[in-house]
Amino acid sequence: MLLHLGTRKGYLALERSKRDDWRIVRTAFLGEPVSQLLPDPRSRRLYAALNLGHFGVKLHASEDGGASFTELSAPAYPKVADASAGAPSVDLVWCLEGVGTDPGSLLAGTIPGGLFRSNDGGASWRLNEALWNEPTRERWFGGGYPEPGIHSILSSPDGGRLVVGISCGGVWISEDGGASWQVRTEGMFAEYMPPDRRHEPAIQDPHRLSRCAADPNRIWCQHHNGFFRSDDGGRTWVSMTPEPSVFGFAVAAHPNDPDTAWSVPLVKDECRVPVDGKMVVARTRDGGASWEAVGRGLPEEHSFALVYRHGLEAHPDAGVLAMATTTGALWVSEDEGDSWHCVTTDLPPVYTLRF
Amino acid sequence: MAEIHFTPNLRRHLRVESAEVPAGVLAEALETTFARNPGLRSYIVDDQGRLRPHVAIYVDGRRVRDRVTLRDEVGKNDRIHVMQALSGG
Repeated sequence: MLLHLGTRKGYLALERSKRDDWRIVRTAFLGEPVSQLLPDPRSRRLYAALNLGHFGVKLHASEDGGASFTELSAPAYPKVADASAGAPSVDLVWCLEGVGTDPGSLLAGTIPGGLFRSNDGGASWRLNEALWNEPTRERWFGGGYPEPGIHSILSSPDGGRLVVGISCGGVWISEDGGASWQVRTEGMFAEYMPPDRRHEPAIQDPHRLSRCAADPNRIWCQHHNGFFRSDDGGRTWVSMTPEPSVFGFAVAAHPNDPDTAWSVPLVKDECRVPVDGKMVVARTRDGGASWEAVGRGLPEEHSFALVYRHGLEAHPDAGVLAMATTTGALWVSEDEGDSWHCVTTDLPPVYTLRF
Repeated sequence: MAEIHFTPNLRRHLRVESAEVPAGVLAEALETTFARNPGLRSYIVDDQGRLRPHVAIYVDGRRVRDRVTLRDEVGKNDRIHVMQALSGG
């Protein structure tokens, strides 16, 4: 089993030899920010998106599991006539997913909030104009970054149905492969908005979406001021209250059990540290009706750990959970979150983690 | 002809060499360079062709002022230096 990490200072792969025994087996892009990774089983490629501080966003692919990489084209916005007036340029590849069965078909979500598609394995990219030209896009705004961004892309097996999460621009659904879009946030609310705009769809801040592989209609959303569940593929949302708090960034759906999910709670948006300094994972096993704070082995006091949106992941079939923090710690659980093994505390801030 | 030189830090990412470029305006000198080395373009300018925020270019010791249309003049004996701006850390 391999675990891929994208960090502030490079890419790492860790291999599991037996329970609680993980070793770093390779690194790449040492010193460079790796904003997103995609180990793609369809092509056996590993894609790595970089955010070079000075020289822009880059995309690389490895054909040998991360031992060597070749640079591809990165998503880029079409040129506009007047480039001086805030014309868009990709600042970050925030999420990267395979879509459909064609191994060359990829979707990338970026800051600012553009969705890009490649049909040739990243050799070229095209902006999804339908979403970019949505009239309500002018209401989107940045969450944690100056510009809004797409951080979550869920696609049906044939790629015909897409669900996209935008901070801060709501949850957008396409039933026709991206040709047209509808924003669906019924049930969500935004405490950071004036009272008369709290239920507006295109200003919601879903921090992260995660879907149950066995029940694609079950989607969990860690939102800026709440936690929500959808039972109808993202059309409507039910509010719930993880313990010990509802604020956080990451969420992971159990791949096989639609009623189980995990989040990593923090105090609140204005104090982004674990509640009482004790790092825990919030877990529900009953669809969100009840929650428990679990995490034997995690720091019990003075923890400053924060798990970013893409820093918590459940292995698709092996019963392994992994999470990594902005404070450079990597944790693995092989009992669905009851207990955690610390692999290392000596990493750079971790942006993304993928099996 | 003018000359263009690049920060060695770029060589971490791709092959790049000093070269002679035509005098005129900076945009022409850069286009000549990008035509020889297409992969270099996205490292220097953004999606809209603007100079990247944390790239600094000096023409004969003067930091270029037009970062959008790149119309700073390049004299026939000028040296262009493409540097990493410290604003980018």
